[in-house]
Amino acid sequence: MEKNKRKGAVLFSEYKRGDGIKNAIKKSREDILFEIRESKLKGRGGAGFPTATKWMMVAAANSEEKYIICNADEGEPGTFKDRVLLLEYPELVFDGMVIAAFVIGAKKGIIYLRGEYEYMKKSLEDYLDTMKKDNLLGNDILGKKGFNFEIAIRMGSGAYVCGEETALIESLEGNRGEARNRPPFPVTTGYLGHPTTVNNVETLATIPHIVTKGVEWFKKHGTDKSTGSKLFSVSGDCEKPGVYELPWGTKISELLDLVGAKNTKAVQVGGASGTCIPKSQFERTLAYEDAATGGSIIIFNENRDMLHVLKNYMEFFVEESCGQCTPCRIGNVKLLEGVKMIEKGDYTFSYINQLKNLGRSMQVASKCGLGQSSPNSFISILENFKEEIFNGNGGHNGK
Amino acid sequence: MLVLEKNAMTEEIEQLVEKYGRSRSSLLPILQDIQRRHRYIPDFAQQEVARLLDIHPVEVFSVVSFYSFLNTQPKGRNIVRLCQTITCDMAGKAAVAKALERELGIKFGETTKDNKFTLEYVNCLGMCDQGPAVLINERVYPKVTPEKAVQILSEVK
Repeated sequence: MEKNKRKGAVLFSEYKRGDGIKNAIKKSREDILFEIRESKLKGRGGAGFPTATKWMMVAAANSEEKYIICNADEGEPGTFKDRVLLLEYPELVFDGMVIAAFVIGAKKGIIYLRGEYEYMKKSLEDYLDTMKKDNLLGNDILGKKGFNFEIAIRMGSGAYVCGEETALIESLEGNRGEARNRPPFPVTTGYLGHPTTVNNVETLATIPHIVTKGVEWFKKHGTDKSTGSKLFSVSGDCEKPGVYELPWGTKISELLDLVGAKNTKAVQVGGASGTCIPKSQFERTLAYEDAATGGSIIIFNENRDMLHVLKNYMEFFVEESCGQCTPCRIGNVKLLEGVKMIEKGDYTFSYINQLKNLGRSMQVASKCGLGQSSPNSFISILENFKEEIFNGNGGHNGK
Repeated sequence: MLVLEKNAMTEEIEQLVEKYGRSRSSLLPILQDIQRRHRYIPDFAQQEVARLLDIHPVEVFSVVSFYSFLNTQPKGRNIVRLCQTITCDMAGKAAVAKALERELGIKFGETTKDNKFTLEYVNCLGMCDQGPAVLINERVYPKVTPEKAVQILSEVK
């Protein structure tokens, strides 16, 4: 496997193992919470929920037992930043977890690693052992009386939906990975009923940097609403695929130049559950306020058949839908059927429009993020590439 | 299953329950260990896990059937999983798939007669920058070409 050699301004900047924890335990919990709130750090998994708000609710909860869970169930097509972070920067992720535990008062942390990443388990376990030896984990961490914390690694077993935080908790509890109704939210009723914060690998990896280098330094990067930087997992038709750290607010066209993408027709931002952005919108920026993403960037050049791409996505969602709520279970199957009808040329526009409306219903009626976002690419690809798909050369009109 | 095999299985599960704890949240780690050792989770094992964790066997089955890496039917000693997600697809998944099928003489979803290989598709392996990717048991192989795929197969025991 190739290593990531690129440097970056925030996440990939210089960091010495344990520094974040050293700085954190000198401060009070409230001060760190205040810093993170000031930094406006938002969840890096894609949903963009303010990290400080989540932590404050768990910190304020009146409970003996609290949990910090690191969501390493990276399953979104086109995303591999967590792989790079866990293999090459474990100090950031685990120091971030320890700081989170200090702030919210958790004694136990769990990292939920996707089943496909089983090959990392050994190196992560070894890393946790060295942390224990250096007193970065265990009892009275770095001499701070009463600050006890340990981290366990738990494996997933090949279910995409377990990346959704309540499904992840269900899976940890030994159940099918089916999303829960919310409220109650995990911050009040999480793992085994205790207050729990579930954070993305990248969110946690950002924390040690903020704690050591300060809020002002962090806010120098990115835009006003989207502070800091983001790891983008770039794949598809380009010369230099891989993980790139760029400030929020980078234009899609700038990113395409950087990675050496030529004759680009479309960019899928946010993976299969994100949106497909056509050439005319390449001046849009990657930020929470514009094209939001968990980091997946898939590039398509002019030779790609967008209907084939859409079919691949819909097959993915049909397979990965957990099946507990009807809009997602049946809806995705219907959307895939629609794509196959277009492929054969055996369709009516009125039916395709009905399917788009079905997609919009799924976006509001599905129980969790999977069904709410799976119609995004169906709608965006059929809208943005209707010329190619329904008319033009190589189209599927009546073929 | 022979009585002797059953007794061995029960003993194995008792040890696992001791290792992970007698609670519902130990269910997945226990099942994952059985899967790793036997390449599937036999009906009898599911019943024993249920008995020892004091839950209904149907609960265990519902969990086993939910996760794609847990199987109720015997598989080959090596499970070969080819990533079918879009970037690996664009990087040449179809050619690798054909090479694997030709070489093993089976289709996807099948197991070779000598029980050495099971061939499956898998969704995104997180190797999109180095596709097409193949996962054999717990090991991942990046940038697989049809030629390389065949060579990898010959290296697996």
